[in-house]
Amino acid sequence: MAEGTLEVRIWRGGDEGSFGAYAVPARENQTVLDVVTEVQRRFEPSLAYRFSCRVGVCGSCAMTINGTPRWTCRTHVKRVAPEGRLTIEPLRNMKRVKDLACDMDGFLDKWASVGTFEGTATRADPPAALDPANPARQEVDAAIQCINCAVCYAACDVVAWDPHYLGPAALNRAWTLYNDARVADRGAVLESALQPGGCHTCHSHGACTEHCPVGLSPTASIAGLKRASLLSMLKGGRA
Amino acid sequence: MSEARLFALQRLTALVMAPLVLVHLVLIVYAVQGGLTAGEILERTRGSFFWGLFYGAFVLMAAIHAPIGLRNVLREWTGLGRRPIDWLMVAFGLLLLLLGWRAVVAVVGGGA
Amino acid sequence: MRRGPGWWAAMGHRLSGLALAAFLPLHFLMLGQALGGAEALESSLKIAALPLVKLAEFGLVVALAVHLAFGLRVLAIEFLPWPAKDGLRLRLVYLGLAATALVGIAFAVSVA
Repeated sequence: MAEGTLEVRIWRGGDEGSFGAYAVPARENQTVLDVVTEVQRRFEPSLAYRFSCRVGVCGSCAMTINGTPRWTCRTHVKRVAPEGRLTIEPLRNMKRVKDLACDMDGFLDKWASVGTFEGTATRADPPAALDPANPARQEVDAAIQCINCAVCYAACDVVAWDPHYLGPAALNRAWTLYNDARVADRGAVLESALQPGGCHTCHSHGACTEHCPVGLSPTASIAGLKRASLLSMLKGGRA
Repeated sequence: MSEARLFALQRLTALVMAPLVLVHLVLIVYAVQGGLTAGEILERTRGSFFWGLFYGAFVLMAAIHAPIGLRNVLREWTGLGRRPIDWLMVAFGLLLLLLGWRAVVAVVGGGA
Repeated sequence: MRRGPGWWAAMGHRLSGLALAAFLPLHFLMLGQALGGAEALESSLKIAALPLVKLAEFGLVVALAVHLAFGLRVLAIEFLPWPAKDGLRLRLVYLGLAATALVGIAFAVSVA
């Protein structure tokens, strides 16, 4: 497909707006982020979009591509648009600020609401010895590589239906904190994941897991929280 | 009641109902052969301790399970407020329980 | 949004649940007529023999099978160990559809 032209439609405006149409040369080894960048540099200098690392680490370039939320820097045009037609919009479930940039506040506030890492160790303590074979540590390791791209949050229909729902990324984060032996108050982490809009709001549709660009399974993490809530209830805990 | 407790009840009743539903489905397919008659149904159920217990438990489980699920649907798909939904669901659960147990008494209890 | 089989399974689960919740009170009311004796129930069952009502009954039996099949999948996702491959148990979606189809066919054959 290296020869030819891509038909590209890009969202312009905020929540109100319309699509701009652009003809972009098709190239060998072209990512969707390359296309957006080319549009901005050649046709539309005022086009707003986010990116930073271009190599799938920073998690800032996610957009909706032909109806599916994806990271754009590691999405090859050939793979998602073999016909050469691209429709690029901001991520779903967040307010659109301008063009392809959306307001991440809701997503990040929910992330923060499940708690941040607060340990018990001080600078004077030696580094904690973490056994990689420990089952709880393995739960953390399986879920820790989240890059906060919000693709799961955009993919989740329950987030779309219920604005109170914390969403997959925040709950996945809660699961890593809950299983981290260094966290001072793991019970408080669990409690924050059980708040209204917490893990029990999830219906295990699995859209987060299907769309996660780094291959995490937030569905599994949330299921873990649900099971933890049952156990804590049986033990007469705070649930 | 906390979300965690509702979730636990929802999944627990689901687990209990799974085999009950399976039996119910098999019985439906069996019973509709050659048409469904009141005599046939009542002959099976009248005075039967087993069916009384089976349907009595089934109704109880369904009366807990359905309102919790419906609560989620109403929260997510309608503009109704949370408290009205909760009260509506309590009423719906009680309605199912009353009508359901009444039906159990009707088909299991004695009489002609 | 493009949706995968997991989403369609969730929709099937939800819509079948709604259908069952709407039908249950009617089901109970009808069976409750047996309180007035077998004849009272029999007169209601006659309505159930009407073609359109029969079609609705077919739909409800299928709805019950769908709700059971996809509900079991949710329980498997949430309570069984999460395998590296297919933790979402997408294969169970197809298995559930097949089982549901089987129930539907069995009911249609029996009732005919």
